[in-house]
Amino acid sequence: MPRRPANPFISNSPPSNLPSFSSSSEKGGLLTRASTSKANRLTQLFSTSPKSKTEIPSAHAALLAAGGNPQTTVPPISSASLSLPTISLSTATADNPNMDEPPTTLFRPPSPGETRRLAKQHAQFGPIGHPSHRYTSRHPGGPFPEPVMDEPPYYYLLTTYVSYLILIIFGHVRDFFGKRFREENYRHLKSRNGYGALNSDFDNFYVRRLKLRINDCFERPVTGVPGRHITLIDRSTNDYNRHFYFTGTTTDTLNLSSYNYLGFAQSEGPCADTVEETIRKYGISAVSVRAEAGTQDIHLEVEDMIARFVGKEASMVFSMGFGTNAGILPALVGKGCLIISDELNHASIRFGARLSGAAIGMFKHNDMKSLEEKLREAISQGQPRTHRPWKKILVVVEGLYSMEGSMCNLPGIITLKRKYKFHLFVDEAHSIGAIGPRGRGVCDYFGVDTSEVDILMGTLTKSFGANGGYVAADRKMIDKLRATNAAVLFGETPTPPILVQILTALRIMTGEISPGQGEERLQRLAFNSRYLRLGLKRLGFIVYGHDDSPIVPLLLFHPAKMPAFSHEMLKRKISIVVVGYPATPLVSSRARFCVSAAHTKDDLDRVLSACDEIGNVLQLKFSTGIAGGALPPPEGMTPEMESEWHRQQRSVNGQTTPPRWRLEDVVRRGVQDAKKPLV
Amino acid sequence: MDLSEAQHIITVFLQELANQFHRLPGSAIFLRYVKSSYQNDPVRSAVELFLFLFAVRYLLAPKYSTKPGLVKLSEEEIDDLVEEWTPEPLVGASTALGEIEVEKRAVIVGPTGPKVKLSNGRTVTNLGSYNYYNFTSNEFLKDKAIQTLRTYGVGPCGPRGFYGTQDVHMKTEADVAAFLGTAACIIYAQAFSTISSVIPAFSKRGDIIVADKGVNYAIRKGIQISRSMVRWYEHNDMDDLERVLAKVTKELARKPLTRRFIITEGLFDSYGDVVDLPKIVELRLKYKFRLILDETWSFGVLGRTGRGVTEHQNVDPAVVDMIVGSLAGPFIAGGGFCSGSEEIVHHQRISASAYTFSAALPAMLATTASETLNLLQTNSDIVSQLRENIKVMWGQLDPRSDWIYSTSSPENPMMILVIKPEVVSSKRLSFEDQQSLLQDAVDEALANGVLITRLKSLPDEVEPRHVVPPALKVCLTTGLTRREVEKAGTIIRHAITKAMSKKR
Ligand SMILES: Cc1ncc(COP(=O)(O)O)c(C=O)c1O
Repeated sequence: MPRRPANPFISNSPPSNLPSFSSSSEKGGLLTRASTSKANRLTQLFSTSPKSKTEIPSAHAALLAAGGNPQTTVPPISSASLSLPTISLSTATADNPNMDEPPTTLFRPPSPGETRRLAKQHAQFGPIGHPSHRYTSRHPGGPFPEPVMDEPPYYYLLTTYVSYLILIIFGHVRDFFGKRFREENYRHLKSRNGYGALNSDFDNFYVRRLKLRINDCFERPVTGVPGRHITLIDRSTNDYNRHFYFTGTTTDTLNLSSYNYLGFAQSEGPCADTVEETIRKYGISAVSVRAEAGTQDIHLEVEDMIARFVGKEASMVFSMGFGTNAGILPALVGKGCLIISDELNHASIRFGARLSGAAIGMFKHNDMKSLEEKLREAISQGQPRTHRPWKKILVVVEGLYSMEGSMCNLPGIITLKRKYKFHLFVDEAHSIGAIGPRGRGVCDYFGVDTSEVDILMGTLTKSFGANGGYVAADRKMIDKLRATNAAVLFGETPTPPILVQILTALRIMTGEISPGQGEERLQRLAFNSRYLRLGLKRLGFIVYGHDDSPIVPLLLFHPAKMPAFSHEMLKRKISIVVVGYPATPLVSSRARFCVSAAHTKDDLDRVLSACDEIGNVLQLKFSTGIAGGALPPPEGMTPEMESEWHRQQRSVNGQTTPPRWRLEDVVRRGVQDAKKPLV
Repeated sequence: MDLSEAQHIITVFLQELANQFHRLPGSAIFLRYVKSSYQNDPVRSAVELFLFLFAVRYLLAPKYSTKPGLVKLSEEEIDDLVEEWTPEPLVGASTALGEIEVEKRAVIVGPTGPKVKLSNGRTVTNLGSYNYYNFTSNEFLKDKAIQTLRTYGVGPCGPRGFYGTQDVHMKTEADVAAFLGTAACIIYAQAFSTISSVIPAFSKRGDIIVADKGVNYAIRKGIQISRSMVRWYEHNDMDDLERVLAKVTKELARKPLTRRFIITEGLFDSYGDVVDLPKIVELRLKYKFRLILDETWSFGVLGRTGRGVTEHQNVDPAVVDMIVGSLAGPFIAGGGFCSGSEEIVHHQRISASAYTFSAALPAMLATTASETLNLLQTNSDIVSQLRENIKVMWGQLDPRSDWIYSTSSPENPMMILVIKPEVVSSKRLSFEDQQSLLQDAVDEALANGVLITRLKSLPDEVEPRHVVPPALKVCLTTGLTRREVEKAGTIIRHAITKAMSKKR
């Protein structure tokens, strides 16, 4: 099936890397059928063979290991491996030397320079652990399932509301006394010397009294490449998060926060090399706007390439994704037109829609019934008051929603489009490069002809590790839009190095250069996404979104659990994003994992083990099982028997049993099960 | 008999009911209440009961739509209407001018600079880029960019709020703030989107904006998004500004105090002229308005060392609440910034949409901005060198051409050339005529080896429909010698003459 070149990401690494890795750490996944009982597994865990020790990195074992228990950590050939990933081992964490490639150059120890080089490389992009860690992201056919939204017991919802209530009451009490006794702190919220307050007391309450408490979880400064690892610049505060000062140290963490889906955030490799060449040849910027003297041959080349990649006749590139939406929507619709937008659409879409002057309607997130209702009402009623028919109706959806991890129901929308004749705009900011067998976004994923979608918009900030956005459509449309789009006429032109990063990334994805590498990235991303999602479900967490989405939101609910989760993860040297109100509904605060092709399975196991521990402490495991992660069937079943068994289980119990797997089992069965439907 | 029996039954029943009622806990209170509150007037109580029942009925009544003018239609009728409805095409046909725009677009092959090679193989003098100080050909900057590339990669892969804040961003922010002399600064990933987000971050519905009629497209869009109340004053007319401010202040004297802003540009995008900042500052202090100044075209250009209008006109930057500018112009990096007090910057980090909802600026562009700021500070003679070139070009064009004149300020390296009013009126040139004549001039100049551009404008959908006069745009650079500038100026003058004296 997939071609596997020796190791496309390591240009001249010793070829013996791979086999050794597969032999030591992957057997956990492959040996599953062999191990028959729990006792057996346990003995395996503590058995004397160094191989099996590393097979099942349980949280405890890993913690012990980092705590300095030599028995569990050191595979025989570890001398050089400690320096591989540059995560420092100064504090006890779930860090495990085995998460990276154990050095295999037993006979030819690499020079320290070489080791450092490899370490740097692997900190940006981890080598694949085993050839089986791949999957092709594709809609399996049939109707597209609504993502199952699991709910925690009412007790948790109630306590979440109570938490907010307490926070709000406390906030008001503090404000009450603060305004009387600490007036100087509130001066900026009141009119002063005849100037209105810059931000009103009321609007500001949330920021002051809720967000401030957890400010240290946001805007964490970083340095270096946001690849597989990310280096945080440590900071501390002595005025309750109002200001931070730097402590002068940095922390290397596993990065599950960047939108680096395909792992193109690298400071070396083909992308960086071509970018360097370009800077030498083209300089840094074209210093103009596209419509004036800002069109270079590279711009045309990239536009061509993007158009071919997404499957449209022509495209335009811009220097910012937000600005792309802000510019394109007013160029498409205006007075007398209607935009029907998914309620969870990104701020840039709302911004553009408001600028356009068109009327704006919303439908419930991904709900085709709600969309159809809106369409019927809009078409039959026409414009308000005059009842004149709408000139155009533009339905705007995103391919992949960045807070929910859900994909748009493209087949459903296309069916409606045929009937209701509206125009369709899909924002593929997160989906381009991240989903579909060839990484070409939602159309690719669903096998939908791109001619069904009028405008394909996307950003180049995410999967491509660059910056900017594009709009792709028919050539005629693009030609016209070039003259009417404000971002073309007034927005600065994208700079050559950025364009070449995009170009090279696209070429790698299509296999024009480094054949096999693009495929590997895509398939590893798809595998990693499913692996982590399945693991979290099995551990008992509520996760949202569709199975193939690389965005995995883990629901926390309580506001206080956001900082707790973030801090606990940071303690274990994992960077994640926590989001709460107003980016999400009030109750559903969440942690978000962005999976990348740069992660190895061991990285994800580390995440799972961290989540397992934290989940127990913070009481986060409250899934009911309706969203999948069912208990394992008895050993020794064929896949068909298994799905039959699952069905029976459900019908017998009448309800699902909440999955609460043990970490070892999750890790042991993850690889094979991630490739099946994630029941 | 029947009747009396019935009567009896009813009396017994009522009595029983009364008994039951009295037995109910609280009934005595109720009775007392009825008796005392309405002077024992059961009719009033009955009316009240009726009202109560009505309220209950009202509350329980099925909900009906409150949308006015909604026509009730059956499903079949809706299906018919759906069948009938034919939308306009999403993108209509191109206009003639639009087609020209795309067709005539100059494509540069290879790097940009004072001389560029076009896709037709010719090398021309480039007076279309904002490469004022010719930093594009600086090898030192390229080395720095490559160094950054090798440590940070290209994109930061995330918004500033979520692990997208790199140390280089913080450094660039500090550098810009220090350069301008403000307390703090925030950088955005695109200059064009900056001001459109800064304005609505502060000015909301109910707030008041007083703006110059000639402000650029991005500002107009920012104002539109903010939904604030806007009053416009005549372009660069300080008396009119004062009149508007006085009027607004008087109108709102009794209303609760809201935020009030004056918004204007340093060097105007569409006219090239310079603002009268001292006067505006005087007025803003007098009428207590905050000032948002868009220095996109003046930052790095005006002033002895390129610090912008504040330096040029000796105004303390602290009295300008927000200075918005671009790092994508002469600084050859990317992104925009907004400088101001800590409070103003902090507020944007939470509530400016183009900042919070967009990925951070690539590290290499941030470091380039820092480096070019530094270069400008250490070689301020390039600023005077640029002024020299501007003077030379003026000498070729403004007094000498019979057809056009420049509306730009004499320090502005971006010369905006418009057709003289007497020419327009004598030839009765419409807006489109002017555009196409100017396009002819651009083509003619290019044919003779000088790349200049036409000022771009978009018709505005919202009131007031401000019409930007058609114009040519000539951008100077220190990368050309005096002789080259003179020559280019002559070519432009001749091209204009040729285009204008054709037919008609
Ligand atoms: C759906 C969507 N559109 C547009 C954008 C903006 O893209 P950029 O970050 O390149 O400005 C984003 C980014 O967060 C997004 O999620």
